[in-house]
Amino acid sequence: MEAYSMISKDFFEALEAGALIGSHCLDCGTKAIPQRQICPKCLGSRTEIIEYSGKGSLAAFTVVYVPSSMMANNGFDSRNPYCVGIVELDEGPKISAQILDVDLRNPESISIGTKLVMVSAKNNTDENPKTHLAFKPV
Amino acid sequence: MPEKKLKRGVAVAGVGLSKFGAFPEKNSRDLFVEAFLDLMGSMKGFDPHQIEAFYLGNFSSDQFEKQAHLAPILASWVGLSPISTLRIEDACASSGVALRQAALAIASGQYDVVLVGGVEKMTSLEIAAVTEALGTAADAQFEVSVGFTFPGFYAAMATAYMHEFQADPKAFYHVSIKNHNNGALNEYAQFKQTIREIMESKKERAAQKGRPVPVWEDEFDFLSDPKGNPMIAWPMALFDCSPVSDGAAVALLVSEEIANSFTDTPIYMIGSGQASDGALPERENLFSIPAALEAGRQAYQMAKLSPSDIDIAEVHDCFTIAEIIATEDLGFFDRGKGWQAAIEGKTTRDGIRPVNTSGGLKAKGHPVGATGVGQVVEIWKQLNGIAGERQVKGNPKIGLTHNVGGTGQTCVVNIFERRA
Repeated sequence: MEAYSMISKDFFEALEAGALIGSHCLDCGTKAIPQRQICPKCLGSRTEIIEYSGKGSLAAFTVVYVPSSMMANNGFDSRNPYCVGIVELDEGPKISAQILDVDLRNPESISIGTKLVMVSAKNNTDENPKTHLAFKPV
Repeated sequence: MPEKKLKRGVAVAGVGLSKFGAFPEKNSRDLFVEAFLDLMGSMKGFDPHQIEAFYLGNFSSDQFEKQAHLAPILASWVGLSPISTLRIEDACASSGVALRQAALAIASGQYDVVLVGGVEKMTSLEIAAVTEALGTAADAQFEVSVGFTFPGFYAAMATAYMHEFQADPKAFYHVSIKNHNNGALNEYAQFKQTIREIMESKKERAAQKGRPVPVWEDEFDFLSDPKGNPMIAWPMALFDCSPVSDGAAVALLVSEEIANSFTDTPIYMIGSGQASDGALPERENLFSIPAALEAGRQAYQMAKLSPSDIDIAEVHDCFTIAEIIATEDLGFFDRGKGWQAAIEGKTTRDGIRPVNTSGGLKAKGHPVGATGVGQVVEIWKQLNGIAGERQVKGNPKIGLTHNVGGTGQTCVVNIFERRA
């Protein structure tokens, strides 16, 4: 994982390449996502880049009917809502992501604890489509 | 850890408020002047030349009005130049933090008389642009970039809360109905209507236009119908969300020893705390706001009080779930019991722990930079027994404000006491 640095843009470069990266503290073992030069727990700066498995479970979620402008550009609106959530990775830390392949007509049916696997979603920006983090049920 | 206390006592000597709402003809400075005149009108023989500094809470006049550097402009507009001015941006907690920082400046001995203001002019932008502007209070790079919206963050906290405590989502309706009942009695509020009144007026409008009249039996029936209460971010619907608002609030802070020369009814700031946090996923759990726990701990410790000593509280109900979580974070109810307390009416004006008697952010309105000082205005009125029809009984003596920025990246808690 030497290819990626602690600079935050590298998180997105990794994502474009299909990798979910973060950091691991060599002193206290704390794992973080996105990657942090300074360990949020022990404040040490001996951290290194790690790659996560991309597996996790749903910790919290919502189905959004009034979209952000990015998601409105991606074609979402009140008749075509989308799910976003917070995913707890199997390795421990949590991260925000879009959640795909869930029953958007019945938010009650979406359950916390559902096992998820990382995928990615493309954004319809004008010239340069970017990837954002997404997960779907296993 | 050594005990933290103010080195010199600080009192609120007067307050002022503009009307909260949507005012196309008014900008930030007009709203601020309105609040300042409201303060001046309530203080006899006060010469504003005594004001030595101005602390302004404002989230984003840059985005809403294309106007940065707002503090000196507002000071000038009420004739206070060349006093020291300062703008504080901590998202929706901006003016709660400004009030605390002004108190610390007085406690330090630097100033004796400080004006604290809060203002936000939000309705100048279309709703999509407002959503975008508010989104900048979250982590734009890692949270907004996956499609989160502000209602979405709190909605996600609501799902975590409901899952953890098997909470009945009807509790959210109770918070909204209660806050509208209070706002209906507040002449400054954006919504001076109960939810039942809103429901009835929608029926009347349908009848006038010759459309089928909805058959809503009561508020709960209305709130559970997406035609009356459309979903914004499940499980948060329209009536779970505070509105987009314009408004301003001011408070005059003075050192304790001179308070009685300004007013016969000062209230004293006896506790204050403030804390910060990272983005939402960094929390150990998603059904509590750690910065609120920490700010509350600091404020209670400084005031030498416990949650059961608080007679009334204005808490940051930007969404209904936020009020329920706040009542737990502040220790009014046990963790996981706030939703039941809301259903049982414990937070109504007649309940054991009145919360948001002003109507809260939900009904009074949420001009984000004005909210923190706006909360103090209500505490001032309730502690001084001048809250009119919404006055709580029992001569409340201790009041608390809880003001949150973002989804809890900032929280400030202040505690006030009436001594007369």
